[in-house]
This record gives sequence, structure tokens and C-alpha cells, in this order.
Amino acid sequence: MATKKFMYLNRRSSFGTVYAIESLEVVLIAAAFEQDVSLAFMDDGVYQIVEGQETDGIGMKNFSKTFHALGDYDINKLYVSKESLEERGLSESDLMPLVYEDEDDDWEEKPSIRVVTNDELKAIMSEQDVCLSF
Amino acid sequence: MKFAIQVNEGPYQHQAADTAYQFAKAAIENGHEIMRVFFYHDGVNNASRFTLPPQDDRHVVNNWASLDIKDADGEPELVVCVAAALRRGMLDESEATKNSIEGNNLHPAFRISGLGQLIEAGIQSDRLVVFGD
Repeated sequence: MATKKFMYLNRRSSFGTVYAIESLEVVLIAAAFEQDVSLAFMDDGVYQIVEGQETDGIGMKNFSKTFHALGDYDINKLYVSKESLEERGLSESDLMPLVYEDEDDDWEEKPSIRVVTNDELKAIMSEQDVCLSF
Repeated sequence: MKFAIQVNEGPYQHQAADTAYQFAKAAIENGHEIMRVFFYHDGVNNASRFTLPPQDDRHVVNNWASLDIKDADGEPELVVCVAAALRRGMLDESEATKNSIEGNNLHPAFRISGLGQLIEAGIQSDRLVVFGD
């Protein structure tokens, strides 16, 4: 099967609407198809990967922990908009420490999150074959 | 060109489903192929055969059915995501029986399948076009 570059673009926060969790469900299925997968987080989507999410009070499933599993599925390109973080008073240190083990570098643990400017993100998007927006 | 379409919003609340339908219709009329329409999120509600709009309004579900989008074996290529459908009460006969529920509401022009069908559509089509809010 041909390999294409798939980007999953997340623009909404974890809760409030169903888009975030149902996007993550697509990403997990996509992992089985051996495509070149990346994720992008911009606008309120950056809230999806903020550390310390707690959902007991709202009766929703806390799916944020699932992001830690992405590295095991060879999904290790998580682009985060620098501008979207700054607009919300957030920085990279507020995000979950998501990592993967690099098989080409003696399984060294490396960060999956890459904070990029919107201009850089635009260039990365233009290289994609398929961009699914949630 | 071979298109695949993803519809992320339900009918009547959002225009996304109407726009997706208009796009699909225009593409077919201009000689392009719609290899699959995949309904996700509230988009699964586009497949309810219980939909009854007022007579002077468009019928979104019947509009989809009229496109007659099928594969070479005559199987519907209007595909509803199973996980998204079941949690929203959209069932075909098989899912209803499996879950001991009486009745089913999936329009026969549609079929229920998994998210793999969306990824496959992205791989096999020339363009995957997403319609959402």
C-alpha cells in the first residue's frame, strides 16, 4: 500500500465538544495503516496536550493520558503552534512531556512535541498529502 | 479526479452537510468520481431514515441517497463510522440485533463500518475533502 503523509489538525480543546477525543480515535486507528502520521495543535487545540488535566468533576473520560501511548505507535511528530500557546499564556513547560524511543538512535528517548511558528506549520502542512481537520 | 469526502456535522444544524452534498453532486456532474463519503462525529446523523423535514425544505438524507454512490459490487460508499454512530443511537439492522435493540434507523443507501475506511479513503483517493464547522 502506498505511503502518504497524513496530518491530523486539532483546533479545539479537550472538552466542550467531541472533536478532540474522536480525533484521537482516528489517529489510533491510523497508526495501523503504516502511513507517515503527524499531529498539529493550534488555536484551542493546544489545550489538548496540557499537563495535569483532571475530569472527575465533569463526569467525562480523561483521555489525555492516551497521548502518552502515541510514541509506541510510531507517532512522534506533534507540532504545536507557538503563537497559539502564547495567545493563551502557555509555554512548552505547561505541556505533557510526550516522548518516543528513537529506533535509529539506540532507542534513545526523545521529545515528540515540537513547538513551531505558524509560518513553519504552514510549510509543514503544505508538504502533506492528506490533512484531516478536527 | 478521484475524491473522498469526510462530513463532520449533522444535517440541519450546520451547513457543512449541505455544502458537502453540493460539492459531491457538482463533482459527479463534472465527470469526477466520489469514491467514498465518510460520516463522522455528528455527521452520522446524515444517515437517519427517520428524518422528516417540512415539505418546503430540502431533504438532506434523501439528497445523499440520490447521489447513488456505490462501489463496483454495488455496495454503498456512503459510510457511517460505527463508533460515532453507536454512541449517537444510529443503528443498522445488524447492530440493533447484536445489541438486542428493537428497530433500526440507518437509511439503506448508507452502510456502517470502521474508521479504517476513512484512512483507506485518504490513501486511495487523489483528494480527501473535509467538511466541518
